[in-house]
Amino acid sequence: MSIFIDESTRLVVQGITGRDGSFHTRQMVEYGTQVVAGVTPGKGGQEFEGIPIFDTVQQAADATGANTSVIYVPPAFAADAIFEAADAGIGFIACITEGVPVLDMMKVRPYVTEQGSRLLGPNCPGLISPGKSKVGIIPGNITEAGPVGLVSRSGTLTYEVVYKLKGDGIGTTTCVGIGGDPINGTSFIDCLAAFEADPETKAVVVIGEIGGTDEQDAAAYVRENLSKPVVGFIAGQTAPPGRRMGHAGAIISGSAGTAEEKIQAFRDAGISVAKRPADVVGLIRDAL
Amino acid sequence: MNIHEYQAKEILRDHGIPVPPGEVATTAAEAGKIAERYGGAVVVKAQVHTGGRGKAGGVKLAKSAGEARDHAERILGMQIKDLTVEKVLVTPAEDIDSEAYVGIIVDRASKKPVFMVSREGGVDIEEVAETNPDAIRRLAVDPRYGLLPHQAYSLAAALYDDPKQQRAAAKIMSQLYEAFVDAGASLAEINPLITTEAGEVKAIDAKINIDENELFRKPEIAELRDDSSEAPSEVSAREAGLTFIKLDGNVGCCVNGAGLAMATMDLVKFYGGEPANFLDIGGSSNPEKVVNAFRIITADPNVKVILFNIFGGITRCDDVANGIVTATGQIDVGVPIVIRLTGTNDKKAIAILEEAGFSAMTDMDKAVQRAVSLAKGEAQ
Repeated sequence: MSIFIDESTRLVVQGITGRDGSFHTRQMVEYGTQVVAGVTPGKGGQEFEGIPIFDTVQQAADATGANTSVIYVPPAFAADAIFEAADAGIGFIACITEGVPVLDMMKVRPYVTEQGSRLLGPNCPGLISPGKSKVGIIPGNITEAGPVGLVSRSGTLTYEVVYKLKGDGIGTTTCVGIGGDPINGTSFIDCLAAFEADPETKAVVVIGEIGGTDEQDAAAYVRENLSKPVVGFIAGQTAPPGRRMGHAGAIISGSAGTAEEKIQAFRDAGISVAKRPADVVGLIRDAL
Repeated sequence: MNIHEYQAKEILRDHGIPVPPGEVATTAAEAGKIAERYGGAVVVKAQVHTGGRGKAGGVKLAKSAGEARDHAERILGMQIKDLTVEKVLVTPAEDIDSEAYVGIIVDRASKKPVFMVSREGGVDIEEVAETNPDAIRRLAVDPRYGLLPHQAYSLAAALYDDPKQQRAAAKIMSQLYEAFVDAGASLAEINPLITTEAGEVKAIDAKINIDENELFRKPEIAELRDDSSEAPSEVSAREAGLTFIKLDGNVGCCVNGAGLAMATMDLVKFYGGEPANFLDIGGSSNPEKVVNAFRIITADPNVKVILFNIFGGITRCDDVANGIVTATGQIDVGVPIVIRLTGTNDKKAIAILEEAGFSAMTDMDKAVQRAVSLAKGEAQ
């Protein structure tokens, strides 16, 4: 099995005719994702390489039974695109767009939850369930199917780790990039809960970075709720302090969000912490 | 994006918050003239993007215009936490009866704007949070409804007992929230919010940080950026669409993606080296960006080696390779280059590089080890 997306995923691409949308739609189709529709306002009735284009997400969902959406629209339109997908009853919405204002996200997030949808991102690489479906921009050829669930705040660092795992013959059930923005839809904890419930996932990798307290929250969750082994890595151990978050933010969260603090929280929760990205491989091998 | 105190105060004034007048001077003579115009005592305040200005001697009370000129003379050109003071704000001194703290920040945990208020103002709020956390009252606002009147009043009542001051402060809370939203802020602070001996409530210092992602739709806010208050290398990086932070080491790093860039710096340190910078060339791999990255990294005389660590996804390795070939044709790099490329179009990239006389690696650890030993002069 896998989490969030699989063979039954029927994808609508919001912004299918844009530069990034069209490029990655081809990549997703090539990988085997069922891309059933595209949305570009004003281009309804046209086609993109055989995929029907609609003016609105609602029309696309009604006509094709799309249950998942991926968003490649520019930042100015991203919040509305998420609202639109949620209003159309899309259950899983992945927003790849980078640069969405935080104040927009603070309004979007509770709305999406109230509509019963799940949002991944924004500013994220999406996710891939190897051999089944990929939604977003994670290169398909660096992953293979296997027993490890992977969740990360980063993009290319995730590629690095998943590629190293593949190099050692270790595949993933699902690889999820939750994005690095201060306010996003799906958290580490959401993914950990889903991996815990997925019988095919035998071990989990969590890749975090400095800033905020999401990793500490994830560690507390692992300690209380996970029966499966977890391996962690934190990027930014040498980052200069104060460049990514203000001290007022640190006060509210009760933490400065440093790498040391996060690594300690991981260790306290029984998570094996990799010193280098490459060390994740050995630790996962031991865990399996 | 950081803005200066005088700019933050202008935003607060525009939203109706009582802020004493003030003018900016870039020379001591100008500062003296402004003080003369106000008459009486003034405060001369360094305008730099950092806290701790007072402790560094960047904020001085002047009883006369002559004294204001002398203070400005000393403060202008002063270094505060590596930043040179280029401007001072001259503002009439106030009779202060009490000092409170009011701030709003974007809180990652509650995913809402959160107000923090405290009767202990005029000092670092970090200090209050440590020594007397109960003295801070917090309130999360639902951004879909904004700050409700009863919430504004409850914050005001946490600061003042006098009904008139409570009403004045409640109005300021609402105005500050409006200013926070209108400016696209990630933080807006009034510290201190004072009461005068006459009983008025006023904001005499302000700090606003702007969410960079808001700038595309707020051109008037984007104009407040002061390039002179940032390191020149960081300014040129931003203009070139790169994220760059200068560090003290000698291994120049050029990486795609912030997480991988941080992990690369960590790995440099792991193998005994010191990174010279954080540089994220971002998702697009336009060769021009690579050329700019070279210019910015090589401008740092400490750099002994340049390490490329590229994991191609959206970024195409062949574009980066072309950028490296173009850049080394245009600029005299003068230091060895270690290149690691994996992912989208990596084989094509390696062919391009080899034709131009470079060699490329595919393993991150090996590339970092090589760069570190080159920086130390251990390898050729």
